Amino acid sequence: MNKTPFIHITKRMDVGRPRAYLFRAISILLAFVVIGIVTTILTGENPFAVYTSLFNGALGSVRKVWVLFQNLSILLCVGLALAPAFRMRFWNLGGDGQVLVGCIAASCVMLFLGKTVPHGLLIVLTLVASITAGALWGLIPAFFKAKWNTNETLFTLMMNYVAAQLASFFITSWSKDGSAKIGIINPQTHAGWLPEIGNKYLLIILIVTTLTVLMYVYMKYTKQGYEISVVGESERTAKYIGIKVNKVILRTMILSGALCGLTGFLLVSAKDHTLTTTMVDGRGFTAVIVAWLAKFNPFTMILTAFLIVFLNLGSNQITTTLGLNSSFGDIITGIILFFIIGSEFFINYKISFPRFAKGDE
Amino acid sequence: MENKTPVLSMRHITKRFGSKVIANKDISLDVYSGEILALLGENGSGKTTLMNMLSGIYYPDEGQLFMNGEEISISSPKEAFKHGIGMIHQHFKLVDVLTAAENIVLGIENEGKLNIKQSAARIKEICDKYGFEIDPAKKIYDMSVSEKQTVEIVKVLYRGASLLILDEPTAVLTPQESDKLFTVIKNMKKDGKSIILITHKMNEVLSVSDRVAILRSGEYICDKITAETNAQELTDLMVGHKVALNIDRPEPVLPKDRIVVKDLTVRSIDGVLKLENVSFTARSGEILGIAGIAGSGQRELLEAIAGLQPIESGSIDYIEDDGTAESLIGKDPNEIADMGVSLSFVPEDRLGMGLVGSMDLADNMMLRSYRSGHSIFTDKKSPTELAEHVVEELSVNTPGIKTEVRKLSGGNVQKILVGREISSAPTVLLTAYAVRGLDINSSYTIYELINKQKENGVAVIYVGEDLDVLLELCDRILVLCDGRVSGIEDGRNAVKKRIGLMMTQIGGGEGYE
Repeated sequence: MNKTPFIHITKRMDVGRPRAYLFRAISILLAFVVIGIVTTILTGENPFAVYTSLFNGALGSVRKVWVLFQNLSILLCVGLALAPAFRMRFWNLGGDGQVLVGCIAASCVMLFLGKTVPHGLLIVLTLVASITAGALWGLIPAFFKAKWNTNETLFTLMMNYVAAQLASFFITSWSKDGSAKIGIINPQTHAGWLPEIGNKYLLIILIVTTLTVLMYVYMKYTKQGYEISVVGESERTAKYIGIKVNKVILRTMILSGALCGLTGFLLVSAKDHTLTTTMVDGRGFTAVIVAWLAKFNPFTMILTAFLIVFLNLGSNQITTTLGLNSSFGDIITGIILFFIIGSEFFINYKISFPRFAKGDE
Repeated sequence: MENKTPVLSMRHITKRFGSKVIANKDISLDVYSGEILALLGENGSGKTTLMNMLSGIYYPDEGQLFMNGEEISISSPKEAFKHGIGMIHQHFKLVDVLTAAENIVLGIENEGKLNIKQSAARIKEICDKYGFEIDPAKKIYDMSVSEKQTVEIVKVLYRGASLLILDEPTAVLTPQESDKLFTVIKNMKKDGKSIILITHKMNEVLSVSDRVAILRSGEYICDKITAETNAQELTDLMVGHKVALNIDRPEPVLPKDRIVVKDLTVRSIDGVLKLENVSFTARSGEILGIAGIAGSGQRELLEAIAGLQPIESGSIDYIEDDGTAESLIGKDPNEIADMGVSLSFVPEDRLGMGLVGSMDLADNMMLRSYRSGHSIFTDKKSPTELAEHVVEELSVNTPGIKTEVRKLSGGNVQKILVGREISSAPTVLLTAYAVRGLDINSSYTIYELINKQKENGVAVIYVGEDLDVLLELCDRILVLCDGRVSGIEDGRNAVKKRIGLMMTQIGGGEGYE
């Protein structure tokens, strides 16, 4: 025919898993090639120097490996919190705020009960306080969604700002000299600090590993996990079989918020031992990428969280060793994410050029 | 026909979706002027795909089109209009807030200013010529389905179409409206226009078409002159093997009152009256058919009984075998089950309500049973067994029970849903459009299953759209008209024409008002 379309896009019907992973691997490889080209063009550096410092920054020494896995664990923990909400198609973008209120609650308990309550009990109280605070922060938007069908995306997002303002308010009022800095909490007594196992990284890693397994089992094998999937896939089906949809929304968001609160506890009690407004560092949003790329599968999320943390630490190293602007790290992360997300298109669709295929006509 | 030259010729048309699905395979078909060609085939046989390639929605992968002997290429609906081809789709494509005239002239690029008066005059001219009745100034949202369809047809004619394609035009019409439509179609034919009628209803094919072309699983089978064929032959050709066209209707055994609905009134969330003072009784061992134009309150009625629809007033009682009545009002499906009432519901929206499309067969079986037991974990074993049982018993065509339900064809999806719903040995079975979109074989499987339930003493409520089927299958037929009961007829003595009248007018135009 005289007007054959130039590009022909068709949906692939069933893509085998190995094939999908091959596509993803190729896309990461391609991303690194592009990073090399972009770096050389923009900075004149040898692309292999870039690769080396990217790798060294993330895995260059034993300490760096521990730091990487600790960061991975904390990011993964937020991802685990978001996964059930997302599976329910409740777009919880309030991870940042939910973690931060967990941090505030933990700091509060440690600051004010640190001198009076025995050590073991204090840790338990800190844990309970941060989980409760996070759960409450998750419950508020869920309640409004269930009761008046408000938009959870906006609601959870705005709750982040409220949490951030609360944090700066409490930091100012709790700081001893009005310097708007709290400093290390209980530096001498270590009251409320989680004990170290071997080194200061391992405990966090173990806790989050356990949570990953639990979350996988919860989503895949429990009745509640099944209800979450049904509500997420089709609210009408859920009602049709008698699931109380509002109850599931509230329950799941309590869980999601509670896990965010737990992340806040880990940050304050195990990692940083202080409270700052920036300590969550956008993990509530980065975790959205972690959860989405892994299609909400907790085990796959380990891989996606690894990728993101690896890129983050690696690109920091590039900017320092090669003396580049810190935005360059963002460019690298951007290129890689672009390729990974783009590969999903090629996994699901096939592109052909019928004009060239026909040739002889 | 042999001595005429075709207006439009399709030659070796092939269309693929993805790498595996071949929707149309090497189809060659001619259309002559002044004829009504029925395109007959089961759901999924590729009728609509083929016609979409004529109207510029899809573009063929292979093959050629000729118009009056000249090769043409249609890559957009606009080009289709340029060649005088217009299609009336199953789902109307009209702007609700505009008037009929505005919709008709919408999208036509003319030099100069839009002159709605002049356009209205031309619309009137077209209407008078073929016998349409429309009010050009009426807004679409005020129109009935049949009026909307008329607007669609006039729209196509206004653009100068000489070849009209109608995709299942009578699916949404009452018998009377269908007759009216066929009259205008015949007028258009007299005017020398060619009409392609996509349908799977045999009686329509026989009564209006001149020629029938049959498609089966994407392939062109043959064409027949309508006058020289009959329903049985066409059905056999369409299905590919011999089929019996009779539905059994065993006599009800010891019917007892099971569901008693009294003065039921239901409003939608926006306060629109959906059901008004509906009263009836469904009996065990009996199929109660519900007829009515689409949207007359059928869905609300079933959902009210199933505990999914809040009601405004009235009562719904479940009568036990010993005669004690229990109210179902204000209970959700779970609470109804807790009362010990085994009520099964096959809803109209299979993948959006009855099943979860992205889950596999076993997980879908689990929807009804996952709560059982005290463990916090789901029991996957019994749903898996049930899935295997249903697949075998109802010969579901699936690669396995781990396949996502949405990847199966409509007939198989329905078998899974019905299979699950009857697996719990219900005492009440509600079905809505149980055979919509199903091929003939699957439809008959479903009728058999429903009949078997009836023989087991289940009170079946069957909402249907095909009056011929309702008349053959049901013991009694309740006709709904705009949310009210227009009458209840005995299935064995009911007359189709009268049911059709009752669908549009309470009591069929007598009694009441």
